[in-house]
Amino acid sequence: MNATATLSWFARHELTLAWRDWAQMMAGGRTKRERAVTIGALVFVALLHWLAYAILAPVLHAGAAASKQALVILTATLMMTFSMMMSQAIEQVTRAFYARSDLDLILSSPASSKHLFSVRIASIAIAGAMMSSLLAAPFINTAAFLDGPHWLSAYTIIAAMSLIATGASVIGAIALFKSVGPKRTRLIAQIIAAVVGAALLIGLQVAAIMLYGNLSRFDVLTSSSIAAAAPNDASLFWLPARAVLGDAVAMIAIVVAGAGFLAAVIAHYAAQFGAHAVAAASVSEFSDAKGGARRPFRPMIATQALRAKEWALLKRDPWLASQTLMQILYLVPPALLLWRDMGSETHVHVILAPVLVMAFGQLAGGLAWLATSGEDAPDLVATAPLQRRAITRAKNEAVLLAISVVAAPLILALAFASLWGAAATAIGIAVAATSAIAIQLWFRVAATRNQFRRRQTASKTSTFAEAFSSIFWAGATGFAAAGSLFALPFAVLALVTLAIAYFISPRG
Amino acid sequence: MRSAAPALEIKNLRKTYARPAVDDLSLRIERGVFYALLGPNGAGKTTTLRMVAGLLQPDAGEISICGIDVRRAAVEAKSVMAWVPDEPMIYDKLDPMEYLEFVAGLWAMDAKRAEVQARALIQILGLEPHANTRCQGLSKGMRQKVALAGALIHDPELIILDEPLTGLDAASARQVKEVLRQRVANGTTVIMTTHILEVAERMAERIGVIAHGRLIAEGTLSELSAQAGHAGTNLEEIFLSLTGTGTATASTSAAA
Repeated sequence: MNATATLSWFARHELTLAWRDWAQMMAGGRTKRERAVTIGALVFVALLHWLAYAILAPVLHAGAAASKQALVILTATLMMTFSMMMSQAIEQVTRAFYARSDLDLILSSPASSKHLFSVRIASIAIAGAMMSSLLAAPFINTAAFLDGPHWLSAYTIIAAMSLIATGASVIGAIALFKSVGPKRTRLIAQIIAAVVGAALLIGLQVAAIMLYGNLSRFDVLTSSSIAAAAPNDASLFWLPARAVLGDAVAMIAIVVAGAGFLAAVIAHYAAQFGAHAVAAASVSEFSDAKGGARRPFRPMIATQALRAKEWALLKRDPWLASQTLMQILYLVPPALLLWRDMGSETHVHVILAPVLVMAFGQLAGGLAWLATSGEDAPDLVATAPLQRRAITRAKNEAVLLAISVVAAPLILALAFASLWGAAATAIGIAVAATSAIAIQLWFRVAATRNQFRRRQTASKTSTFAEAFSSIFWAGATGFAAAGSLFALPFAVLALVTLAIAYFISPRG
Repeated sequence: MRSAAPALEIKNLRKTYARPAVDDLSLRIERGVFYALLGPNGAGKTTTLRMVAGLLQPDAGEISICGIDVRRAAVEAKSVMAWVPDEPMIYDKLDPMEYLEFVAGLWAMDAKRAEVQARALIQILGLEPHANTRCQGLSKGMRQKVALAGALIHDPELIILDEPLTGLDAASARQVKEVLRQRVANGTTVIMTTHILEVAERMAERIGVIAHGRLIAEGTLSELSAQAGHAGTNLEEIFLSLTGTGTATASTSAAA
């Protein structure tokens, strides 16, 4: 096989693996469910198109012109999309460095590892472009339907942005390897990915709070101060937005820039990729022992030992650390809103209560999965001399205590604004967290902690049940904080969700 | 009387999946014995031992460990036994000492005694240089030794090991065999499955052979030889003769 044939074969191999990985994530690894998943996906896509139509129809009703306001909103939307693509690309590139699966095979094969890693980097860009295109498709298609086919050029812009995001992620990851070493790169890259993915959205919300006292980013983007501060209409800054609006020259410029950038990155860094991947894969081989005297064993009963183990593992989980950081980052705007309105007559607790309940409900679901399903030594725990329900209780206590530690300062701050609001929020968080834990218990599957990323694909029912339960408890808490009886129907909806989840679950 | 009861007694044990995995199996293992459970792949060894460890529910039959009925008093039975699976299941983010502290906590050991035991096991098993290294950095052999240390720390009366020597280098395998021998000498019962027949032949006082979910032969090496019609002098020949797997190999060799 010549070099070109090898490259083409390897590209096909990489894309097949990426497709199977995605298909498995969607079907939860069960091929029998593929048809059901396809039908479900089609219904979901149709619903998203309907939602996109509802949002875009009033805006595009008279057609979109390249006004300053349109350019600002489009550019901000593209920047937010790009920040999410960057976040995804950083995660994918880092994972490619640490994936040991076929590293030995690649490096021991007679094919050029530089070429093979070039294909691997390119396939990350292609997979990223496909994923983002899928997410943006309802809006792009609807805009094309409402305002003309020139909107379809947005797909090309997304592809170009994916090339740039992947190239930048490779540079960033290699810079991290060189500066902090392979041992710390994964954790730091995951934290950067979390921050990059959330930063722009949170920044806009912070600006909205400081300028307008609300969480609406559109108030900021459509404000006269932004229009005045923005570059003039002829600036290159608007090139991506102009490309989306149908400017062919702008589109070609963006595509050439994206492809050129990734090609340059591949040409310069593909050879180093292999060396760093080897270094990353060897991290475990040269982990240093901690120096100094260790603390003595603590006297513990079995349930205390289980709780201590869960906390130690939660603290040391890099993926969880980045996810928790992201949850906390998303809480920054509401916390800022609380601080800004402290002492005023506005009922900020009514806005904050549902946000906090929603965030902690979701966090509890993730932690509960780690504690109940993600058990790395199930045989050890199952053969320990204690009742199964004592094991479950101890693990859930560990989750609830971890949630309490993170939530307590926020509830305390809320208490300064409204005691009743703080009490309602505390109860809401406790109930939402308990519900999320219960759902995880009903849909428990045997897994290891490193399968955490795929936990939501194991059961779509549990994922939706967890999301709806958190939403309804958040609604109930918001109304309760406002002293409204509308809290009751939301609480009933949450209970109905839980009941349905229980009866559908394998334990029901 | 618990003290007079055998370490393990199984009566008419059954477990069926698509086909019977364990089929009316009965077995009695006295205390202080090194027992090897042998059988071809898929014979039902691991299924049997997982039922003994309380990790699988039998369809029928009785299991008692040191006189304790596993189904009626599961917690009490678990407190006197330890199970080590073939794949070492330990926590990547804990170091070996933290892992042993956790296991000691699960078995509600006195903290001071647990720490002394942990340090001794770490030393005996050659894990000292890695005692404070997170387990994600350990090789499979070292992980296997950490799992074994976890099984030994609470001084169980019965230790069940599924393929404990897989992945161990010669020096580590010797360390593990020595530790197990010492435990047996001190009155502990060890039940081990293995495909390395030389190890079973050299270490086990009694050997059970399972095929198709049934115990087809049981006894000392010479008793097994008699049961196999004096088919051979070493365990490999006896095993192949008992399980019938030797015939196919012989014909294949002959054909070749």
